[in-house]
Amino acid sequence: MASSFLKKTDFKADVVIIGAGLHGCSTALHLALQGVSVIVLEKDYAGRHASGVNAGGVRRLGRHLAEMPLSVASAKIWQEIEGFVDDDCGFRSSQQIKVAETPEELSKQETRVNEVRQSGFHHEKMIDQQTLREMLPNVSPHCVGGMIVEDDGYANPFRTVQAFRLKAQSLGARFREGTKVANIKRERGIWFVGCHDCVVEAPKLVNCAGAWGGEIAKKLGENAFVSAIALMLMITARMPAFVTGVVGAEGRTLSFKQFPNGTVLIGGGHEGQANKDDNTTHLDYSGLAINAHTARTIFPIMRSTRIVRAWAGIEGMTPDGIPVISPSQADDAFHGFGFSGHGFQLGPIGGKILSDLVLDDKTNLPLEPFRIDRF
Amino acid sequence: MTQHYEIIVIGAGPAGMAASQTAAKHGAKTLVLDEQRTPGGQIYRAAEANEARQSVELGKSYENGFSLVKSFRNSAVDYVPGASVWQLSHEREIGYSKDGTAHIVTANQVIVATGALERPMPVPGWTLPQVMTVGAAQILLKESEIGIADAVFVGTGPLLYLVVHQYITAGIPVKAVIDLTPACNYFKALAHMPNAVFAMSRIMEGWRWKREIIAADIPLISRVDDVRILGDGAVEAIEYRHKSTWKKLDCDHVLLHQGVVPDVNISLAAGCDSRWDEAQACWHILVDEWFQSSVEGISIAGDSGSIGGGVAAEQRGHITALGALMRLNKITPVERNRLARPYQASLKTEMQVRPFLDTLFRPADNFRMPEHEETIVCRCEEISAKQIREAVDLGCQGPNQLKSYTRCGMGPCQGRFCGLTVSELIGKFSNKPVCAVGYYRLRPPIKPLLLDELANMKNQPEN
Repeated sequence: MASSFLKKTDFKADVVIIGAGLHGCSTALHLALQGVSVIVLEKDYAGRHASGVNAGGVRRLGRHLAEMPLSVASAKIWQEIEGFVDDDCGFRSSQQIKVAETPEELSKQETRVNEVRQSGFHHEKMIDQQTLREMLPNVSPHCVGGMIVEDDGYANPFRTVQAFRLKAQSLGARFREGTKVANIKRERGIWFVGCHDCVVEAPKLVNCAGAWGGEIAKKLGENAFVSAIALMLMITARMPAFVTGVVGAEGRTLSFKQFPNGTVLIGGGHEGQANKDDNTTHLDYSGLAINAHTARTIFPIMRSTRIVRAWAGIEGMTPDGIPVISPSQADDAFHGFGFSGHGFQLGPIGGKILSDLVLDDKTNLPLEPFRIDRF
Repeated sequence: MTQHYEIIVIGAGPAGMAASQTAAKHGAKTLVLDEQRTPGGQIYRAAEANEARQSVELGKSYENGFSLVKSFRNSAVDYVPGASVWQLSHEREIGYSKDGTAHIVTANQVIVATGALERPMPVPGWTLPQVMTVGAAQILLKESEIGIADAVFVGTGPLLYLVVHQYITAGIPVKAVIDLTPACNYFKALAHMPNAVFAMSRIMEGWRWKREIIAADIPLISRVDDVRILGDGAVEAIEYRHKSTWKKLDCDHVLLHQGVVPDVNISLAAGCDSRWDEAQACWHILVDEWFQSSVEGISIAGDSGSIGGGVAAEQRGHITALGALMRLNKITPVERNRLARPYQASLKTEMQVRPFLDTLFRPADNFRMPEHEETIVCRCEEISAKQIREAVDLGCQGPNQLKSYTRCGMGPCQGRFCGLTVSELIGKFSNKPVCAVGYYRLRPPIKPLLLDELANMKNQPEN
């Protein structure tokens, strides 16, 4: 090995995982369950970025068809999440509704629901205006109906990351936070991952570096076009309970839900600026103003509520908006990153898939659309 | 197009009023945004109304503000009262709300003059109804001529004595004054006495206020090293430890105060570098000699950078504006230096008393970092010191992680009340210096913002 590595602490494991977001922690947990020794390297702290600060939607509704088999498999784990990680992760099973504001939007949704049926999935359904009003008594009267998944839900993002991490740790997985990967080398069939204060040696490597996944892929000699985006969210002061489940809109970007403590989360994919070199994000108020306008248009009750916080998390976005979940072209390396703003629900299954790839080189879910060499 | 100014001043207290006058005088297109309905800031709050009605005697230092407010009114600035500034970005983009609509404005130079906040005082029972801060009581007095009769004043710092003095003058009965200034502070402060001679008149004023309390037959209890406020749903009594003995005093109202700290929320949200100041036990914004922060074009005037008091704030306001004017090429460096000299001289004199005051009125550790672990630290989410210790034991490293662990600092006030206590407590529990613990990462809006205001936002041309 290079002499510069000699003075540093050396760690050895069967698998080194880069990134302690939800997918990294989940991969660590699935591997630890199989008795595999794991080290997770995290440049900040577990759940610092998109995994820990997202809207927490656990959603199959409206998924890209390529992700549907994964999403459906993940939903099964979510329903049993407490038994799996010894913490309920703040998960509440609930409906997810996408509201249609015009007849055109409604017919677009009908087409979609039929398409999903033809692919063999039956969880998405249409609801008419009356049913919509019964389910969401405070929805604006102009909304004409919508589509629904009755047993999706939402969870507490940071708590979820923490739960996966703690469970993995209890099974022997090691986490090193504040440890940024500087270089990666492979010699004699072993990966040497060099950080500022240590070198980790492991025969297998998993890249779960989110918005930074492209940089890690590059160190393995691969090009993945993943850009950093900053998805903005707002939260309000506590309000009397007025809405259950998660609400979106067909014609505008919106993700809307009320927590048990009364606060309301308003998201919707409006982007601020992300700077992944210094971890900062900057908000774009015109985007937030549109988001606020959407919220009050769908739920007029929102008008007089106070916004107490707005923020954005740094997330990896791919050109086609679906992740990279794929073996690397390099030997014994695997990728799971670039979830493009909808990776939270996929976390539990993402770790399972990567663990399967690491241990058996195969998985029973279709991964073809997520290959790294598709770009 | 977003409205643009050469200089925007946030706050119309002494620093903001001075800065904007100097800015306008040298031809800069200047906007002043202020939360209050009339100019004056906290120190000269409602100055115009009180000068006109002359019914409440608020003291000479307050009356000093009358002329400053008058000249501010006569200066050529765009002044927007009732404007709540909820965002300042490092690119000098300012978001504020007024009358139900949010606005975005930009400037080449921003002068933050948001003043000071009262230091949180987390003692057992401080969240009970009928416990207020001395500062809040003073606002009631200045704005509405309302006093809290038979209240017990508890704490330390010049403002505590000033307001007791104002109460006595206004004829509002005071039940007792419990002075929490640690006895050892008097001894330590003596070392700074020689530098404080220029401010001897004000130190003497403090002594007179104390003598006035005694003369008015108000119990003045000193050398108290612990207090707790008792009551079931409302204040019933206060217990205090005096020379190792606990004593109890029945009362209905308690007014707390232990000094003021810079309101750094807006500067930190803009990304200005700060440092922990051990002498004042609070965060200071790092500035150069013209009070420009680490973010180009954002300057910090007055107490919002570090505590210097009202008179110093006025001098700093002028100096800050001169620095900004030079950067705008409105004046040359030579002119700037010449014009700043008298202000710098007054400021220097004024600041000589600070080490004395900072040492004398430094609150004891147990009133900043509660030892009774059941004491609530974060009022909004009702998080106690004990819960913070437990989070630290679980591996929580700092205030931002603490939010994720406990929701501490995530309620409606967004950590504006508990921030200092939280940083110091995490430092204590994890055995780290406060500067290593850091502060909350501040998320906008830094002031409450209505959804409707945001949705109505105007920064585009009307068409």
